[in-house]
Amino acid sequence: MRTFFRTNLGLKVVMAVTGLIMVGYLITHVFANLLVFRGPELINRYSAILHGQPAFLWTARAVLIVSLIAHVWSAIELTRRDRAARGTSYTVWKPQASTLASRTMRWGGLLILFFVVWHILQFTTGTVRPAPFVEGDPHGNVVRAFQIPWVVALYVVSMAALGLHLFHGTWSAFRSLGLVKPSEHPLRHRTSLLVAGVIWLGFTIIPLAILAGVGR
Amino acid sequence: MRLKLVVWRQPGPTAAGRFVTYEANDVTPDMSFLEMLDMVNEDLQNRGEAPIAFDHDCREGICGSCGMMINGVAHGPMKGTATCQLHMRSFRDGDTVHIEPWRARAFPVVKDLVVDRSALDRIIASGGFVSVNTGGAQDANNILISKDQVDQAMDAAACIGCGACVAACPNASASLFTSAKLSHLALLPQGQPERFRRTLSMIDRMEEEGFGACTFHGECQEACPKEISIDNIVRMNRDYVKSTVTKREEKALAGGD
Repeated sequence: MRTFFRTNLGLKVVMAVTGLIMVGYLITHVFANLLVFRGPELINRYSAILHGQPAFLWTARAVLIVSLIAHVWSAIELTRRDRAARGTSYTVWKPQASTLASRTMRWGGLLILFFVVWHILQFTTGTVRPAPFVEGDPHGNVVRAFQIPWVVALYVVSMAALGLHLFHGTWSAFRSLGLVKPSEHPLRHRTSLLVAGVIWLGFTIIPLAILAGVGR
Repeated sequence: MRLKLVVWRQPGPTAAGRFVTYEANDVTPDMSFLEMLDMVNEDLQNRGEAPIAFDHDCREGICGSCGMMINGVAHGPMKGTATCQLHMRSFRDGDTVHIEPWRARAFPVVKDLVVDRSALDRIIASGGFVSVNTGGAQDANNILISKDQVDQAMDAAACIGCGACVAACPNASASLFTSAKLSHLALLPQGQPERFRRTLSMIDRMEEEGFGACTFHGECQEACPKEISIDNIVRMNRDYVKSTVTKREEKALAGGD
């Protein structure tokens, strides 16, 4: 097992498993966030319930933090090896099958990492406060923050990067783990389009709608 | 047709290389890409210059010797075709054609467009043996195999080892090559006894040779002159997880299932 995590394929398995854990979390996160449109009561109660279960909350947070660290660490190690494997790069190289999503995994991933840090500092800890922050009032915090255009812009751009990352990431994670059957169309991305599309749309619609005055 | 060729020239493995521009003037659409280079080389030799070195052998798309990056695409613009089967009708009069060798740390340049692809041979060699019965030949079709299995195994076995997958991959990964070689045995009953140890040793060798990791860009499948599917990589990954995480073969050898 020790050597397993040193091989490229072992690191890809780490990338895939930790990535899918985070995708699973994002699916619950996006649907929970959409409660913001049902008024302050529901989403604030949801938040209170979560905070009333510290054992569950901190287990979930620990799993996510470990996943994130392992995901980023494997990505850095694999990127280093992949660059070394090419050696001299081509003077002319024309992509034939790769997508914008697959080619922006590394830079897009870095952007998402910075966003996640910012996002936690803004809405979880209240360390950065573009708008007044009240502990235990996620509805109010979100509505106040998303009236500021640059905050909305930051979220919209980051969610576009996230959508692209998940479009390729979800698709290739299942392949890295060997979990898909042979297909007539090996490059088709149907499930990942749905997963990435729902997460991107849900997270993008919230700041835009609040900026436009919906749900205030 | 008149073409402007921008060709990578490198006198030897340790020498520095550079691009040199040549004019190819009497190109006809029916020439193959290699015949066009032959013609340029004849000119060069008549002028007393060193011809452009490139690998080639059968020139009918089955040996896997030829291969170069043509305008940034492995084996050039024609899909499912090796460089020797690419014809000049795929280009237009006045085109500039960039020609570069395969680039990968595991494929060092020998000279000009010739690279050393013996890393692929060493991956094959690390696969070891296949258990077959000796003695009298058994009847043909004695082992029944479904049509689907045979087709998939045959599609994987079509790999000619040209290295285009490595060349086209942004990570210089040899996953398509290795997985094709593994799949054509993994899909057949004859390949089962050593299936998981073969998977482990060929993947180990692939990584020791310094190839990159697969990120499923899909470039290899597009570049492959035999149009081998990335589904083979999925199969390889599945067998790798089975043989490492669940220790499939060790259990089998210990008498388990």
